[in-house]
Formats: sequence, C-alpha cells, structure tokens
Amino acid sequence: MIYFDKVSKIYSDKSVALDTVTFTIEPKEFVSVVGHSGAGKTTLLKMILAEEKPSAGSVLFESKNVHKLRRSEMAKYRRRIGMVFQDFRLLPNKTAYENIAFAMEAAGRTDEEIEGDVPHVLELVDLANKIWSFPHELSGGEKQRVAIARAIVNQPDIIIADEPTGNLDPINTFEIVQILKKVNDLGTTVILTTHNKGVVESVGKRVITLDRGKVIRDDKHGKYVL
Amino acid sequence: MFWVNTKRIIRTGLLSFWRNAFVSLASVLVLTVTLFVIGSLVFNNALLQSSLDELKSKVDVNVYFVTSASESDVLALKKNLEAFPEVAEVSYVSREQALEDFRKRHENDERTLQALEELADNPLGAVLNVKTKEPSQYENLSNFLKDNPPLGADGKAIVDKVNYYQNKVSIDRLSGIIRDSERSNIAKTLILVLISIVVTFNTIRLAIFTSREEISVMRLVGASNRYIRGPFIIAGIMDGIVAAVISIILFYPLTYWFGPLFYPFPIFLADNIGSLALFDYYVSNFGQIFFIVMISGICLGAISSYLAVRRYLNV
Repeated sequence: MIYFDKVSKIYSDKSVALDTVTFTIEPKEFVSVVGHSGAGKTTLLKMILAEEKPSAGSVLFESKNVHKLRRSEMAKYRRRIGMVFQDFRLLPNKTAYENIAFAMEAAGRTDEEIEGDVPHVLELVDLANKIWSFPHELSGGEKQRVAIARAIVNQPDIIIADEPTGNLDPINTFEIVQILKKVNDLGTTVILTTHNKGVVESVGKRVITLDRGKVIRDDKHGKYVL
Repeated sequence: MFWVNTKRIIRTGLLSFWRNAFVSLASVLVLTVTLFVIGSLVFNNALLQSSLDELKSKVDVNVYFVTSASESDVLALKKNLEAFPEVAEVSYVSREQALEDFRKRHENDERTLQALEELADNPLGAVLNVKTKEPSQYENLSNFLKDNPPLGADGKAIVDKVNYYQNKVSIDRLSGIIRDSERSNIAKTLILVLISIVVTFNTIRLAIFTSREEISVMRLVGASNRYIRGPFIIAGIMDGIVAAVISIILFYPLTYWFGPLFYPFPIFLADNIGSLALFDYYVSNFGQIFFIVMISGICLGAISSYLAVRRYLNV
C-alpha cells in the first residue's frame, strides 16, 4: 500500500532527517514508528502526506508517486488519509460537530450523510454528549477524540497519528490507543508514531524503530527497544 | 454540488464573521475609515463641481450696441448667437431697460442723474449678455464678433463694443484655476484612495494571519483551496457591507451639521445655495452614494481577503 524506496531527506543546513529509508506497509496493518525526538519520525509522516519532498528516493501510494500528484489529485489523495496530531489541530471557532462536518464537507459529502454520520462517529469515540462544545471547552483527551473522529469520518484508507498521546495523561493515552485499535480492527491501516513505551507495548503490533534517520529495527510483534 | 458548496461557503463565512467578532470589528473599523474617505471624496468632488459651475455662471460677455441700432436688428443678432452650439444663453437688455438700470445704480448720485436729465435722448445702447458653455469659448465668440461685425438693415455697423477684452485677464485666470483645481482634485482623490486601500489590505491581512494555523489544518483535512478561501472572502464581504452601512449612516448627521464648513469657495455659494447644500446633495444622490460606498466596501473586503488567504494556501 505504501512503499518507501530508499528515501532520504537532507535539510538545507545539511542535517540528515532520513537516510535511505526503505520499507513497505501493507493494507490493514497497524504500524508503530518509534524513536527519540529528532530521529525522523515526523519527517517520515510528512513524506507520506507529501508535505515535504524527499531529497532522494520516492514514496509510492498504491504504486503512484505521491510527490508527483497534480494539485487536484493531491486534495483527493489527502482525503484518503486521516491525520491525528499531538496538538489536536481542531478548528478553534467550530464546535466538535462542525469540526467533523468540515472534513465531510471538504470531501464533498451530502448534508444527509453529514447529519447521519457525525453523531454516529462521535458516539464511536464516546463523545456523544459533547457534540456542540467548542474545542476550548473540551479536555485534552476529549479534543484528541474529536480529532480521531474527524480523521475517521470519511472512512480513509490510512490513519496517521503523530504522537497522538504526547499531551495526554496515562488514562486518556490508554483510551486513545484503544480507539485506534478499534479503528484498525474495522479495517483501516494505522500508522502511529510515539516515544511512549507503554503505548507500543499495549498495541503489540509491528514496530519500526528509527535512529538518526535510519531504520534500525523492524519487528513483526515488536517491543520498544532503544 | 456547486450550489451545496456555495451554500456551505456562505454559511461558514457568515458564522466565522460572527464568531470572530473581535477580529471582524477591527477590519470593519478600518474599512469604515476607508469608505468614509472614498465617500468624502464623492462629496468633495460634488462641492467643487457646484462651486465651479457657480463661478462659470458668473462670467459673461456683454455686447454693447450703438444707440442707432434698431431693436429688430439686435433681436436678429440675438437669434443668430443663440444658434451657436457653444452659446448657453443670451439675454437682451433694451435701451429703456439699460437706462432704468443706470438710474437705479446711480440713484444716490444726484449729479450724474442731473447730467442725464440734460440730455435730450437716451444715451445708452441696447446690450446682449452672452454666456457660453465653457469659459474658454468667450475668446472665440468675441473674435467672431470682431471679424464679422454685424450690420443693421441699413448696412451700418450696429455693435459699439464687446467687453471681452477688458475682462480677458480675469476670465483667463478663472479658466486656469478651474482647470488646475480639477486636475489637482483628481490627483488628491487617487492618492487618498490608494493610501486607504493599502491600510485596509494590511489590516485584513493581519486579521487572516491569526487564522493561518486553521488554514493549514483545513488543507490537511483535504479541503480544496477554493473551499478554504471562500468563507474568508464571504467574511471580507461582510466586513465591507457592515462598514459601508456604518459610514452611510455616519454621513447623515455629519453632512447636516458640518456640511457648511467644507465649501471650497464659500463666498460664491452664499446667495444661490443654502447652507444645507451638502446635506441636500447627500439626500438627493443617496442612491448613487450608497452604491459607490457599498460596492467599494464589498470589493475591498473581498479582494483583500482573497490576496491575504492566497499567501497561506501556497504551502
């Protein structure tokens, strides 16, 4: 599904973020990418989203080079990926409902679909009672659950979660991981970056370990080894 | 889909205008100032125009006839002159009327009146007062009368003198003032409008700067550029509409109370135009002013927003 072919990224100040990284992610996999800060986790995710271009190598999505997509194809491609961030990135002037509805509107869904799906997906992340709350009225864990609901509402092929538990306490962390596992069980590929040992171990699936831009381990039922 | 998207863009734009009330307020205030400047320029132009018209109408050329010219010859010339396209108006003052006017003008001057009584005949000739449409045409007119001296039925010249040459200096100067003030007014208009547009543009850009995070999130969620930009443009248009309404409301009392302070040549207006001229102008041209201010506001808001968002879309 996603294929990294000898991808390197060297920033202008000659710091190496990724160094000839090669791996494949199959559909319906749950992959955890671990590594210290600065190991290249976020750069790797930005490569998948085509937010940054590789200095060498290519990133293929279903055998298409994502960095050679045209503008119109790019918006379509990004709608097939659901993003979850450490800092949530909700639209501050929109309620939980509107944040999720916005992603559906952007994807060109009808009003009927939106009215049907939004409450449903909020129920899935256990937030049915906060549907009309603005982000500033929600706790960190609740915000992240809204963000996950937004990411999954368009039934994307992949969920990319960039340290989604970085700002959360252990209980909320556990709940977010459970939700991501549930999403994966429903058939969505999940790519998760983290430096939280507990998270990796409670997921118990494939782990790619990065260190200074290189893949140093790739374990099928990995553990957090650093 | 197009209509659904349009509807959503409009709804989102109105909502964000309302929810970002504080940011909207800042944009609206600056836009109000800008529209106020644009509106004031409309008034300024109107005032100057009416003053210039007033000035122009004060100028005329007098054709004095010899006393022997018959009334029918004078009236024939009057008819001739009226046929010229450059001539706006010709008024006839008969010999008797001229004498009457002379008496009235010198009613406190016993000596002159006595001297007049001594004369057997009326010493004054008839007069034609000619007004042209443009001050610059007086010269042509008087040259024409000089080159083709009108003759009476008996073949003698009937025109005694044309006073254009006595008035030439002041008429020329007046024409110059009118031309210069029109030119400088256009320049002032353009500079002021330019400054206010730049200020508005920067304010709206700062307002949207606060939303750059939001814009990047929208992009990541997969919204197309048009779908992201739309609501900002709608909000910009709302800024423009609200600002236009505010400045139009402000003009009402301001023209009423302060209008008389702004006449460029107050001395010329005193007799013909009442002290409420500006207010009257506003009321009678309300539709046109409303249209100018409203369209300027909408365009300024929309274009500024469009340019400001474009910057954050090119990631």
